Formats: sequence, C-alpha cells, structure tokens
Amino acid sequence: MAKKLMKGNEAIAAAAINAGCRYYFGYPITPQNEVLEYLSRELPKAGGVCLQAESEVAAINMVYGAAGAGARVLTSSSSPGISLMQEGISYIAGAELPCVVVNIMRAGPGLGGVQPAQADYFQATKGGGHGDYRVLVLAPANLQEAADLTQLAFDLADRYRNPVMVLADGMIGQLMEPVELSPYRPAVRLAPKDWATTGTAASAGRRRVISSFYLYPDQLEQHVRAIYAKYAAMERDEARYELHQCDDADVVIVAYGTTSRIARSAIEKCRRLGVRVGLLRPITLYPFPFAAFEELIARPRAFLVVEMSMGQMLDDVKIAVAGRRPISFYGRTGGIVPTPDEVVKQALVLMEGTIP
Amino acid sequence: MKVVYQKSAGLTDVPLHYCPGCAHGIIHKLVAESLVELDVLSRAILVAPVGCAVFAYDYFNCDAQEAAHGRAPAVATGIKRVHPDAIVFTYQGDGDLASIGMGEIVHAAMRGENITVVFVNNAIYGMTGGQMAPTTLVGQQTTTSPLGRSLLGQGSPLRVCEMLATIAATAYVTRVSVHTVPRLAAAKRAIKKAFQMQIQNKGFSLVEVLSTCPTNWGMSPVEAMRWVEQTMVPVYPLGVYKDIEGGA
Repeated sequence: MAKKLMKGNEAIAAAAINAGCRYYFGYPITPQNEVLEYLSRELPKAGGVCLQAESEVAAINMVYGAAGAGARVLTSSSSPGISLMQEGISYIAGAELPCVVVNIMRAGPGLGGVQPAQADYFQATKGGGHGDYRVLVLAPANLQEAADLTQLAFDLADRYRNPVMVLADGMIGQLMEPVELSPYRPAVRLAPKDWATTGTAASAGRRRVISSFYLYPDQLEQHVRAIYAKYAAMERDEARYELHQCDDADVVIVAYGTTSRIARSAIEKCRRLGVRVGLLRPITLYPFPFAAFEELIARPRAFLVVEMSMGQMLDDVKIAVAGRRPISFYGRTGGIVPTPDEVVKQALVLMEGTIP
Repeated sequence: MKVVYQKSAGLTDVPLHYCPGCAHGIIHKLVAESLVELDVLSRAILVAPVGCAVFAYDYFNCDAQEAAHGRAPAVATGIKRVHPDAIVFTYQGDGDLASIGMGEIVHAAMRGENITVVFVNNAIYGMTGGQMAPTTLVGQQTTTSPLGRSLLGQGSPLRVCEMLATIAATAYVTRVSVHTVPRLAAAKRAIKKAFQMQIQNKGFSLVEVLSTCPTNWGMSPVEAMRWVEQTMVPVYPLGVYKDIEGGA
C-alpha cells in the first residue's frame, strides 16, 4: 500500500484492520472519536463488527467477552474513559486474555481538558486497576510508528495473553502525517487459541472456562506468580527504545511520544549553540527500558526528563539512574505542549548547574 | 434396574454449593435440561455473574466466561458478536442485573442482542450476607434495611420485566416462579422458549425467575417457598410481558 496522509486516530484504526482485528467496542470521547468513526465505516466492509457501547465500562467488558471467544479485539478511549475501563482491564489481565487498548491521552485530573497530555503514565504502567498485574505499554512518537506499534500490539497481546496498551496523546491522535501500511505478517509465532470459549462442539467436547476467580489463596498466589513469569519474560525480551545523538551527549533528554519530538527540535537548537544534547526515547513504557540507561550512563553528565505531566516517568528514570547522575525535570500540564525553546532553556540551565 | 430419574447431562458432577432451600439448584436444572432438550449444549456459552451463582461455570456442562459484577450482558454481547451461532446466555441475580448491571442489561435489550438472560430474583443480596437489593420489597428487613425498606429514601422494588418489555428490540420477556410443581413446569417451558427465540435469531430474551433465600430471609425452605407465593408474587406478577410471537 502506498503512503497515505492520515490522521493519527485513523492510522491506528486502519492498522488494526490491517492486523486482522475484526472487533471493536468503544464509546465516544474527545480526542479519539475518529477511531470509533473510522471503524464504524470500515470494519463492516472488512467483515467485522464495530459496536458503539453504552459506556466505557460496557465496552471493555465486551472486549473481555470477544477476547475470551478467541477474537482479535480493540477498544480505544481517552483518559477519563480509560479510568472507567480499569476494572475490565484488571479482569482481562487476571483471566489472561489478549486485547489492545488505545489511550489517546488528554489532560486530567477529573474531566480535565481535551488538549494533549501525558499524565496517565502511572495509570498505564503501574497496573491501573486493582490487583497484581501489568499492561504492556507502547508509546508511538509519530503516525507511522503509531500504525506499526498498533499491529505489534496485537501480536504481543496474543503472545503473552495480556492486555497491551497503545499510549499516545491527543497530539498524536489529531495530527496528520503520511502512513504506509505494509501487508501484515505476525511479528512473533502465535500459538492457536486453544483456551477460547467457542462451544464444546468446536473443542472435541472439552469445556473451556474463562475466569479470574480463585477462592483459595494458594491457588490465586500460584496464578499471580504464573502471570508474573510472563512479565519477567516481557521485561527481558520486549523493552524497546531509541537513542538519538547520545554518543557525545553531555545532557540526555528522556522523553516519549509528542515530547520526544519537541526534544528532537530542542536538541538541534542546542547543538547549534554548541551544547551536546541527546535523546533517550522509551518506546515501551512498561517494560521500561532500564538497560538503555546502563548502555549510556558513563557518558552524560546529567539527564533531563521532559513530560506533559507533573513528572510521572520521572520516577522510572530515577530508578534507572539510581543516583549516579543528577536528573532535572521539565513538565507542562493541563493540555499545554512545551515548546522546543522551553526545553532548550532547561538544557542550558542544567549545563550551567552541573558542568564546570 | 431401570433408571427413572437422572441428573441432566447439561450439568457437571461438581456438587452445588447452594444453601438448603435455595432455588438456584432447581433453576440450574431447568436451564440445563432446556439446553439438552434443544440439542444446543455443545454450542452453549454461559456468562456467569458475581453473586451466589458465581460458580455456575463449574456446574453447567458447557463453555463459560466469568464476568465482573453486573457486566454479564456486555460480556455476552462480545461473545455473541464473535460467535453468532453459539447459544450465549447470562445467569444473573438481582444485585448483579438490577443494581450494578442495570446499564448493561437495559442496553443489551435495547440493541436486541440475540442472547438469553436467566434473571434470578430473590429480593436480597445472598452471597454477601443479606443486604438490601433493588428488588427488596418495601418493609422487608435486610442487614442494610434493619427497620424494613422504606419507600422514600431506600426505594421500591424495580420491576425488570415490566421495564424491559417497553423496549422495542426485546423479543421475549417473562416472569416465572418455581415455588410449586406446576409453576416449575411453566418456568421450564419459559426458559426453553427463551432459548428457542435465540436459536431462531429472534433477539433478546429474558426469563425472570422468582427465587428463595431461606438463609438470609431467616426462614425454613418451606416457609421461603410460601413467602414467594404470598408476598413476592403480588409485587412481581407472573406472566409474559413481551412476546413478539404474539404470546403476550
């Protein structure tokens, strides 16, 4: 397929169809409505079902049912709606079902605003709902990557039988860029879904039950430990990141999604001023790419974390750096997108403060 | 020796955990027998609730998914949309369906989802120990309405069948009881018909079954059955509230 100019939300939706997703359940909320609208139009043409649910609570439980029935299934929402889905996501993780959840983040807390933000990092990466579980989180920085990671998300969800979240902000959802969808091939070898409820006629009479309920503590602990073995494998195999101009950098900016794009512009400006700045861009937020910090820790004098939040990924960077270098933070929130000049200023202040 | 009675093939061999005098066991049997007699057990998929029937997935001899509290109709929607030929049914109590899950049941009915709902109404929260339900009668004492449910402030019984029957896309909505043998036979016919509606792609079907909770009502099993007849039925009249085949 040739490159096509698309809106971020549409690119994600188109990539889902391309990856073989035929079921979508969602509820309108700005700034992700184009996902639901695009799939309302296009999924039936592909022989699929797009259903506008009565709420995000219902939508995520429809996802549970469809995933348990063996389908590739997608939902999308934005921050307040994702909060409503947390119960269902916990059940999906507990029942070990694969699904993809897209969060086009807007500013919070509460009803907040409809402008872009990155303030759902904690919710996305630390569990979000109740109980011991994690969601694999992919954070695209441009629309081609949004499409590619959406396809990867389905494969990883199936491989680990766990929810995978595509975490983007309203900027990624709303801007337009050229996107190319290549013929889909699974990124990993996918096992048959021999656990899905299809009716016993389709499973040689063997009953299949989807549940996250374990009344006996020893069984539940065993179940949670088995789930955590998957998270250990994810942490070993799935951490993804990008390094940009880090080889000679005195300051390394850590940023993901939209803020990583702003950081790139800031880095260019800094380098024109003779200040060597690089970028470490986490692509997976869970698992967080701790190994990337070990790879480059010897060189930079300081780290600068930039987020559209009051500092959430900052905590993971602190864990990664473990006191070996100073860390500065620059965040805008409430729907304000920082400018490259603001980031340049922070980098220069940091250089003055930490470099003799 | 001749077998004169045996457990339905629609049920597993797992012993039921229900209290003595609770009607869940009877209702399970009627549902299981219906699935077997309609020859759809092997393509049936149960969605189990949260509440006393949470372990229904251990009892029905078919595929099953356990839903979050109240969400069974949404889960069933997801399953049915993926497997339109499966016979998908939810089995829900009054707290699950008429309180926390009211949104899901109304909208599944509104969409005319081609699923079957078995709604067990015993006017109380059983599993959690006898709290007030949306179907608790006015004046009925529970652990959270110790002075008896007040009409104003705590509210009056929600009549689910009457409400859902007003929705254009519902196919079959009926209320039955299992407190006498003739009533039990009528309940079986209703449950079977509800599944038949689904098999024939007629749309949303719901059977509300008035049930007992001797443990939390503080009654003997016999007293509980009598209470259904004398106290519940006047508030929850039995009958067909909607039948697109013209039975109402």
